[in-house]
Amino acid sequence: MQRQKPVKFDFSGKLKDVPLPIAVPGNLLSINAGFRSFRPVIDNDKCAGCMMCYVMCPDGTIYKEGEALAIDYDYCKGCGICAEECKLKAIEMVPEE
Amino acid sequence: MAGYKDFISGDEAVAIGAKLARPEVIAAYPITPQTIVVERLSDFVEDGSLDCQYLHVESEHSAIMAVLGSEAMGSRSFTATSSQGLLYMVEGLPYVSGSRFPVVMMNANRAIAVPWSIYNDHNDSMFCMNSGWIQMYVEDAQEALDMVIQAYKIGENPKVMLPVMINVDGFLLTHTYELVEIPDQAEVDSFLPPYVTDHRMDLNDFKSVCIGVGPEYHTEFRYRQYHDFKYAVDAIAEVDREYGDKFGRYYGGMVEKYRMEDAEVVLVTVGSITSTARTVVDSMREEGKKVGLLKLRYLRPFPDEAFIGLSDNIKAIGVLDKNMSYGYEGTVYTNVNSALARREKRMPSLNFIAGLGGRAISREDIEEMFNQLLEYKGEAEADRVRFINLNLKEVEE
Repeated sequence: MQRQKPVKFDFSGKLKDVPLPIAVPGNLLSINAGFRSFRPVIDNDKCAGCMMCYVMCPDGTIYKEGEALAIDYDYCKGCGICAEECKLKAIEMVPEE
Repeated sequence: MAGYKDFISGDEAVAIGAKLARPEVIAAYPITPQTIVVERLSDFVEDGSLDCQYLHVESEHSAIMAVLGSEAMGSRSFTATSSQGLLYMVEGLPYVSGSRFPVVMMNANRAIAVPWSIYNDHNDSMFCMNSGWIQMYVEDAQEALDMVIQAYKIGENPKVMLPVMINVDGFLLTHTYELVEIPDQAEVDSFLPPYVTDHRMDLNDFKSVCIGVGPEYHTEFRYRQYHDFKYAVDAIAEVDREYGDKFGRYYGGMVEKYRMEDAEVVLVTVGSITSTARTVVDSMREEGKKVGLLKLRYLRPFPDEAFIGLSDNIKAIGVLDKNMSYGYEGTVYTNVNSALARREKRMPSLNFIAGLGGRAISREDIEEMFNQLLEYKGEAEADRVRFINLNLKEVEE
């Protein structure tokens, strides 16, 4: 998949740098506000690589790192859909400290 | 300037203007009194004289969302509606304007329910004043045709990038016939080249449209939208000049002043009623009354300079509103007064409400408006909202 690297919107404070509202993917994102109570943890030994978690994730935080799957915790909000959808129960929702 | 003349209705003129502008996508849902526009356009697509994707949509909401999508792909798009249809599209209007996609829409001005009516008034478009669209009103079928072409040139200007709503009085213009000069396609092509823009989605250069923006940056995006309307002001004047130079018809930009040089009272009109008002100005001038007319072509952007700069010799100004913002006054009146408030010297003003639900406005009605203006001494306590030709002998309960 094409994983866009989130790009910090460089706000110069000048009108000429305020774009028309078409954005390069990954612009204008804010890192999650820290209200996540549970975080998903993928057990890559159980994972078969079907990518359904990636498909179902509402925020597109799941990606492939080589052969293993990884989650971008900057943007994951802990909704648990990935864990719910994983047929092999390879994702566990773990309480945040 | 080779073209040809034809005896056509306002709706047909819009359809021909749209055909000449060569849209790539049309998505529109029929509604009286706009139906002839979409019927003619589908005829043109069917017979091959218009090379265009014509989308059948199940509602006006789908129509506006469809053209939002096609403009997001960089395709010049056209739609048309009226009244309840415009209101059904309302959710989509700020999507298009906020995204800065230069869609052009014709709106056939028609009353909005309840009470339900198919006849003409301006309540539908006035409802959409805050939509972020450039909003203009035409006086006749010729202007309607010319403005469809001009609207693309104004909207697609890279600094403007705003959608344009062209208002055409329902039945009064849409269904009446006029001799219209139809420009030659090749001439229109040289005036209005194909739409080319980076402001679109691209499989090779990923972009997101309809982005969400939180409190952190939202206001700055809105500031840009507010700020960029001044490029529209410039583009409107420039395109009017260029169109006049090429096709021989100038409309004067955002306003047209008629016999205002030494006027003592002025009436502001919007849309087709301007034609009737012109004849009344002429006949009252024959009687020695110093009356003048201001044709307000654009409501957004609003030509406040035209009002701020009015001669101090004008004793009173009247605004003819074919609409009402219930709980207050006519919408054009509110906008005009806001500009007048910035004058050094107060300009007394009156609001005339007429033409609602298709009630005809006669020459006598307009004479009555001018006479009331001539009699008005400028007292602040006077009734400022006056219904003309109201069939009620008593209005006290």
